[in-house]
Parts: sequence; structure tokens; C-alpha cells
Amino acid sequence: MKFIDEYRDGALTQRLLDELRQLVTRRWALMEVCGGQTHSIVKSGLDQLLPPQIELVHGPGCPVCVTPLELVDKAIALASCPDVIFTSYGDMLRVPGSQQDLFSVRAAGGDVRILYSPLDALKIARENPEKTVIFFGIGFETTAPANAMAVVQAKAQGIHNFAVLVSHVTVPAAISALMESPDVQVNGFLAAGHVCTVMGYWEYEPLAAKYGVPIVVTGFEPVDLVHGILKCVKQLEEGRSEVENAYARWVLRVGNVPAQMIINQVFEPCDRGWRGIGIIPRSGYNLRSEFAEYDAELRFPEVQTIETQESDLCISGLVLQGLKKPNLCPAFGKECTPQTPLGATMVSSEGACAAYYRYGRFAWAEKNELQV
Amino acid sequence: MCLGVPGKVTELYQANGMKMGKVDFGGVVREACLEYLPDIQIGDYTLIHVGFGISRLDEKEARETLELLQQMDMLSSELPPAGGGS
Repeated sequence: MKFIDEYRDGALTQRLLDELRQLVTRRWALMEVCGGQTHSIVKSGLDQLLPPQIELVHGPGCPVCVTPLELVDKAIALASCPDVIFTSYGDMLRVPGSQQDLFSVRAAGGDVRILYSPLDALKIARENPEKTVIFFGIGFETTAPANAMAVVQAKAQGIHNFAVLVSHVTVPAAISALMESPDVQVNGFLAAGHVCTVMGYWEYEPLAAKYGVPIVVTGFEPVDLVHGILKCVKQLEEGRSEVENAYARWVLRVGNVPAQMIINQVFEPCDRGWRGIGIIPRSGYNLRSEFAEYDAELRFPEVQTIETQESDLCISGLVLQGLKKPNLCPAFGKECTPQTPLGATMVSSEGACAAYYRYGRFAWAEKNELQV
Repeated sequence: MCLGVPGKVTELYQANGMKMGKVDFGGVVREACLEYLPDIQIGDYTLIHVGFGISRLDEKEARETLELLQQMDMLSSELPPAGGGS
């Protein structure tokens, strides 16, 4: 397709990597925030083609991975209710809860359905007036406009048998939390291009200034990724810490204003727990009180108190903060595989552990390559 | 989930008071809500997230970025290769 193939051009990617090799003079750690970018980097092998001075640290930008265990357990409890049709994006179904996952609920007879768009949940609600249709509204700012529209439309169309289990998270608060953590050593950020299509990048300007880190809005194709890395390293080598846009064909500084307006109409900022990381202040969205009727947690108060139990083996919290590479986990590829995941990072198509497993980044394989 | 899929708008219409459209993803055509793209026209490229268009491709920027990167590449081919002192 036009303007996709050009940005996948292997020869241009290689030549931009040559440019990068000439530019870099010392070690730099860059974090790609978005799990979609992690997959693209590992799939294309960019992590192994970069100059050795540049380390890519994988960030927490996998919505499935950071959805707190408590909410996964609540989803499982709601999906198990007899008069509920539980709907979700596909990746959430295999995420392990404390005892089971949503697929097990479906196997046991629960009505759990995978959706392409949250608007499909409204259609299911219209067709099943005797049931309550619950949608698992997770994601970063990219899915928030879609999930918000489903709520607005439910109200406008008078659909009352629809509710949302909301677990939205936002990127700027996560960048702040990472920079405030003494353990995280990141010199620059590749900001998630698709989140910025919605929110723009003006929110990142005070962060770049406060923490003295360059933040470069970056796309997903190999040429886009090396372009973002080049811009970030150039800033670091020149001692600058600004916000730049390496994805200008899709991203404006102001973002998508109509989408932001609906987000603000339906949601308000809240403190949010991130699986493996903990509570980050004002890092998520909750439904505003005007839309409380559509809040699944309020409508089913019996699922409020749930005891959660994380796997003792899983180190996904460290992986999500870029503190450990997935293949350094003792359970990686052994107790934990995409078929038997211990943590959500091994499940999602945006999880770093799943990317490392799928594209063969086993620690022993990398060791052998070094010896060759 | 945050990975938007680019496609070309082939049809525009209204449904339930929302701007909707058909989007061609390299042969696969699906419905999408285009309410957040008030200026989008048939023939434009858009990025679809979970059934919603959230950005319109700026073709001029796409061309200019490629030209810029290709020029940068020509510049680097005129410089001696980085040898790390070897």
C-alpha cells in the first residue's frame, strides 16, 4: 500500500542505520514506550542491527499487560454471571487472572465474545435486551475515543443493558513515573506514534523540559523506527532535550481535537494501578458521574472485593519498567510460554515477552550469536 | 491494540447520527466510524483503531519525510564510513 511499502524499504533502513553508526559516540538507553513498537523492532531485527552503543529498553505501553490483576479477576467474575454477555478485545481473553482466564469462563459455558469495535457491543445489547452486555474498556489513549463513543451512543440510543468495565491508562503519567523511579536509567524516549495521533505531543513538552530527556514521536515501520532513533540520538549527542515529531504524516502537535473532546466528555483522570508497577497518580481514565449508569463496577457491586494472587515466578513488572529483558526471566520459554502464560506480557501481541518468544530471542541463542 | 491499521476510504455514509465509511485495507474492506475525521473524503488514507478512524494521512508530509531521509542517506554515502579507529 502507498506510504507503507516505502517505509518498509530495507535498503533505506540499512542506510539510515549507517548514518546512526556515524552519529553515535557513546552509550545511550532509549525506551520505546509502545508494545507495538517493541514487536516491530524485534520482528524486523532492528535491536540486533543497531550500533552496540544504543540499547533499546522496552516500555510499559502494552494495555493488556498493565491492566491490573484485580480488574482481570473482576472481568472473570462478571463474565461468569448468568445474565451477562461479556465482550472484549481478543488479547484479554488469555490473560491469566488469579485462578483462571476469560477463555476458561467461555469453556465453562459463559457468554464471552471478542469484538472488533466497541460499537459492536451496542449491536449485541440491542439484539439481547434480556441480557446485560459488558464491554472491557481497556487501552491507552488510542482506544479511549472508541470506548467513549460507545458510551455516548448507548445514552443517545437509549440502550440501558450496556455497561463498561473501564481500565484506561495514559502515557504521559507513565513517563513521569518512570523518570521519577531511581532504578530506571533511560536517556531518551520514542513516544508512541499512534497514541499521539489522538493526543498530539504538546503534553510531552513539559516532561522533556522537566526531566531533560528528548522525546521523539515515532512510527511503527522499520524506516520510521530508525528515523525516530536517529532524531533521539542526534539530540542526545548535541545535548538537547526537546520533543520532535518523526511521524508527521499521521501526527499533528494538537492531535485529533474532536476525539479529545469526546474523551473529556465521557472520562475524567483518575489514579490507576498498573499491573506489575503499582498505582500511578492520575494515570488513567474513569467514567464521569454523568455516565455512572454505564459503569459495570457500580452496576455489579458484588464484584468489588476480590482477593488477587500473582504468580511468584513472573517478573513482568520488571519487564514493563524496562529493568529486565524478557529472556532473563528464569521462567521464560519454560514454565511461561504463549500457550501457558504466567503473566500478561507473554500473552499480548504488544507484550515484550511474547515478542521475544515469537521471534526467538532466547538468551542462549543470543549467547551463541555472540560467540560466533 | 494501539497498532492502527492504515486503509483507504472507499465509501462514506451516516448511521445512528455518526459519520461512517468503508475502508479498504489492501483488499479487505471493513466498516469504520469516521466521526473523528470531519474533513475526510473518499480516496483519503486513514489510520483505523478498533473500528475508528483517528487520523488522516498527510500525503505531502509522507513524501517530504521520505525525500528528507533519502537525502540524508545520500549525504552519509559521501562521508567516510565509521571505522571506530580501525
